[in-house]
Amino acid sequence: MSPFAYRKPAALDEALALAGPGARFIAGGTNLLDLMKQDVLRPKLLIDITGLPLRGIAPTGDGGLLIGALVSNAELARHPEVLRRYPLLSRAILAGASPQLRNMASTGGNLLQRTRCYYFYDTATPCNKREPGSGCAARDGLNRIHAILGASEHCVATHPSDMCVALAALEAKVVVAGPEGERRIPFADFHRLPGDTPHQDNNLEDGELITAVELPPTGFASHCAYLKVRDRASYAFALVSVAALLELDGGLIREARIAVGGVAHKPWRDSEAEVALIGQPPVEASFHAAADILLRDAQPLAHNGFKIELARRCIVRALSDAIGGGRP
Amino acid sequence: MTVVRSPLGQPLDRVDGVSKVTGQARYAAEFTEPGLLHGCVLGSRIARGRILAIDAEDAMDVAGVHLVLSHRNRPRMAADDESYEDADAAEGSPFRPLYDERILYSGQPVALVVADTPELARYAASLVHVEYEEEAHETDLCGLLEHAHAAPAKLPPARGDADAALAGSALCIEVEYLSPVEHHNPLEPHASTVLVQPDGSLLIHDKTQGTQNSQSYICQVFGLDPKRVRVCAAFVGGAFGSGLRPQYQLTLAVMAALKLGRSVRVALSRPQMFTFGYRPRTVQRLRLGAAANGRLQGLSHLAIGQTSRFEDFTEHVVEWSGMLYQCDNVHLDYRLVPLDVHTPLDMRAPGAALGLYALECAMDELACAVAIDPLQLRLLNYADANQNEGKPFSSKALRDCYRQGAERFGWSRRPLEPRSLRDGHELIGWGMAGGVWEALQMPASAKASLGGDGILRVSSATTDIGTGTYTAMTQVAAAEFGLPVERVAFRLGDSSLPTAPLQGGSATVSSVGTAVQQACVALKSKLFDIARQRPGSAFAGLTLEQVCFAEGRLSRRDDPDQAIELSDLIGSGAPLEARVDAKPDPRREAFSSATHSAVFVEVRVDEALGRVRVSRVVSAVAAGRVVNPKTTRSQILGGVVWGIGMALQEETLIDHRLGRYMNHDLAEYHVPVHADIGEIEVLFVEEEDLVVNALGSKGVGEIGIVGVAAAVANAVYHATGRRVRELPITLDKLL
Amino acid sequence: MNATATDEDEGRFAAHAVTLTVNGQRRQVEIQPWVTLLDLLRERLGLTGSKKGCDHGQCGACTVLVNGHRINACLTLAVMHEGAEVITVEGLAEGDALHPLQAAFIEHDAFQCGYCTPGQICSALGLIVEGEARSADEIREAMSGNLCRCGAYPNILAAIEQVLADDERRPE
Repeated sequence: MSPFAYRKPAALDEALALAGPGARFIAGGTNLLDLMKQDVLRPKLLIDITGLPLRGIAPTGDGGLLIGALVSNAELARHPEVLRRYPLLSRAILAGASPQLRNMASTGGNLLQRTRCYYFYDTATPCNKREPGSGCAARDGLNRIHAILGASEHCVATHPSDMCVALAALEAKVVVAGPEGERRIPFADFHRLPGDTPHQDNNLEDGELITAVELPPTGFASHCAYLKVRDRASYAFALVSVAALLELDGGLIREARIAVGGVAHKPWRDSEAEVALIGQPPVEASFHAAADILLRDAQPLAHNGFKIELARRCIVRALSDAIGGGRP
Repeated sequence: MTVVRSPLGQPLDRVDGVSKVTGQARYAAEFTEPGLLHGCVLGSRIARGRILAIDAEDAMDVAGVHLVLSHRNRPRMAADDESYEDADAAEGSPFRPLYDERILYSGQPVALVVADTPELARYAASLVHVEYEEEAHETDLCGLLEHAHAAPAKLPPARGDADAALAGSALCIEVEYLSPVEHHNPLEPHASTVLVQPDGSLLIHDKTQGTQNSQSYICQVFGLDPKRVRVCAAFVGGAFGSGLRPQYQLTLAVMAALKLGRSVRVALSRPQMFTFGYRPRTVQRLRLGAAANGRLQGLSHLAIGQTSRFEDFTEHVVEWSGMLYQCDNVHLDYRLVPLDVHTPLDMRAPGAALGLYALECAMDELACAVAIDPLQLRLLNYADANQNEGKPFSSKALRDCYRQGAERFGWSRRPLEPRSLRDGHELIGWGMAGGVWEALQMPASAKASLGGDGILRVSSATTDIGTGTYTAMTQVAAAEFGLPVERVAFRLGDSSLPTAPLQGGSATVSSVGTAVQQACVALKSKLFDIARQRPGSAFAGLTLEQVCFAEGRLSRRDDPDQAIELSDLIGSGAPLEARVDAKPDPRREAFSSATHSAVFVEVRVDEALGRVRVSRVVSAVAAGRVVNPKTTRSQILGGVVWGIGMALQEETLIDHRLGRYMNHDLAEYHVPVHADIGEIEVLFVEEEDLVVNALGSKGVGEIGIVGVAAAVANAVYHATGRRVRELPITLDKLL
Repeated sequence: MNATATDEDEGRFAAHAVTLTVNGQRRQVEIQPWVTLLDLLRERLGLTGSKKGCDHGQCGACTVLVNGHRINACLTLAVMHEGAEVITVEGLAEGDALHPLQAAFIEHDAFQCGYCTPGQICSALGLIVEGEARSADEIREAMSGNLCRCGAYPNILAAIEQVLADDERRPE
């Protein structure tokens, strides 16, 4: 780890004023310190934001829920309103990491998790995300855990968060504060595909800080499921995960949301796949058809071809589970 | 008169339990002193080539950095291979840390940065710039199988004519199994703390399975007087073989201490735990020929393993195939492919974990071909003698393992057809396998002493890597002396104590336990002599067999009232001491001695998603007399957990273009977590062995894992109808 | 200009005063910001009970309780814990009287090498405080952030189940 200066501002504007090149905000630190110890990141200044008043969970005017950026993952997962109205979010959070990490990790920080690509973590190897222009070692290397959708020749990394898959399905908004004031970023626009700038995971501007995540009023509490498939029963990143939300009406699907994790540089959604479900009976054949649409452009690498079929089956399973309420 | 229950066979709580649950037990990196310096290792990013330049200027400019050590400025080291050979060395030319500019594998230490704090050392290490000249490397075993050479291993001679027997068999199975590189990953990373004593001698706390192995290695390599180097390992946070050879952190820490004349600690990071020994990747080819009734006619087993360019690592992979079943036509072969990697290293049940994975999967395939129950096939081919050696077993209760294990598991209800059992999304499968491990005994020494305080102090240089040595040896000594365990203190983990072999191969109870027992007998004999020679002694003219040691007293067997307190015999003088060098009983030579097991496994496989869960395991073990059923059961449980990891999860992934392990952390190198482990039941079958050693006890450190991966793979087949012949059985292989 | 000058110019090696309570004892330390809570405990306060198995939150051996919550001490900066109440494995027993979890771990032989044990025990304590896990499967899941390479999982589960059951039987 490289040495860094440390400041702990007491107010938001003070924190924003400290931001600048070489500075980073720290809250839970579970991924930032991890990467600093590996020399992947070398900030010169850490701005400790844990003193900021961003710990509330409160209803919004339109019936949604505003979650402060510093709310821990554990606290969020067990919050009564979340359990009652957004059970998908709770389940997704609890499918990730460990109780210890969930006690530390913050809501805002979870959105900023970096990929678990082996090459990104190992500074002895090339990686465009870590060192733009150095090349992508994963593309022709070990890529069993890598992307099948939306990848580029420069980067085939996936986003590792479970919580974000749920937030993508729920169509949350990311509330950010910056030098230009506050703005709300629809979740689908928050994370980026790698393209030729894989070092940029998201669309935050320099100096901007996530202050909250806003959930819309609808939580699909009756018909939701989060399915995570990984290489061991717990405490591992997803090979594929699926957040499925359904709204049923008279035995037919009125609305459907499918977000897939572990397959792309961001939680993957496909409106065509979701639209295809509208008006269909909630049966496996409909789910298969939607999965086929969602995966139509999937591109396998040398070792991750299985993810295409796995994702297809996970989508079908998650949608099936969602009908029953999502408790398998 | 109260009957004293012998502590042998009792489920005694670990005597070191309190120190471990309160955080008081100190491991190698947890000793300190004012002014202790910290070393951080810098590893090579290339797999083969040489170092052209090391620029340490930026690192040395950091205040608090004392040294950037490399081959350029290291202290003098021995120049001959022999000096680097340790008690577990493989054949060849051992790796020499920081010796010269040659790079032999990716991750090889190229520099050590020594600073006032661990944080400074790590930061400064990131400022050291190394320039390499890269050469082409090869790390892929499977691409180089034709280049394999015969392993320097003494295999049992071929018997009969395997090829002819296979050709003439009614049924023949020919199969290939693959296993990946696995790393030990004890939870405590390797570390060495070298404390320079006021007289200049070295007190070293090392993570090792052999304090004397580390001591002699250091003395040989640096030309030091063994009297001035003491290596301790009071607690070892797991090892599983990783501590059988002195690892490079020890060499580097000593180098820095010698160079600076100061105390230095070097603790490896988790990724660095992937930069020395490991279980080698193997390709195994088996041919089994059987008569229509399933009786084995011929067997051929070839294993090809990877090794380094500098050493030929060998383990017992194929031997088991010549001894577990009765078969008169057997051909065993073992070959190695040298690669640009570090030398492999013994890892829990070295060789057997691999060989029996292949053999027991092949037996399952044969059972399917014959269309009989796999347990039935094994009973049909039961070996009463070890045909490899042409010797009877000193004891072998494997039949009881099969029977009792099957009964407890409910094996008789198993449908023969795969894909017969289902529960919702899940297919259920039952598989089994047998296991075997040699019951070794090595020479070992121990010392016993009794002082006026009535405490029996026993010691040996052995270690306790979690196996329960402290506890078992306390029980052996207490039993022999008729003392309650509270009055016995056992010391270990110190090279200055009586000689002990490396702690490995499940041989500690057998080797050190025998020495402890004999030391106690010798001490009893001395006490008896004193008692006998006292004027008017009630013991005059008696032999040791005619007296009894119990509750700290010596008494006549024929007249228990004639007794004397042992403390009276010693008085207030110096403690009475006895030291012995124990050797395996020559009676062993006429026999083959082995521990056996039968493992029964239930798996549940999500049919659509390929997820495999091991829901139930019964492991029945025949290991002679069990010294402590509580800690021994734990050993087997641990072995089963290892077997589950081996079957389903563990694999160190190497990028062959870079020649580098890439999942070198505990997030991506998967070992089982709590949620992976279902019910595990352990049975110990009765097995009396009067030959193996006076305790009648065989070791259990390895046998728990042997066969488990095969049983899981066989259960997966039974559940799904799919044979996955490549470990680990990750879900992608079942989609 | 060398690295040192730059670093010092920007205050990157500056020490910060931190006061925190460890096992009921107030501790005041001067530390640089890059010192993790784990390294503060192990290297500066002599509390080596909390272990370093991976230093990256991937094994759980460093688990301690901070303000009543179990966390990985390796992935948090000590400087961020001004005023915190930290409990480590050294703070569980009262004199010679072991904490019920410690006693249950011994009774059920819930460890072998002992290296993951302090983390397992602190994690189990956190689990009990959380009060959510009850069934064997729930306990297994809630303990999955603590690796045990010796494979003592079934015994750890038994130890925790016993303490939970004893807690339930005990009248309020």
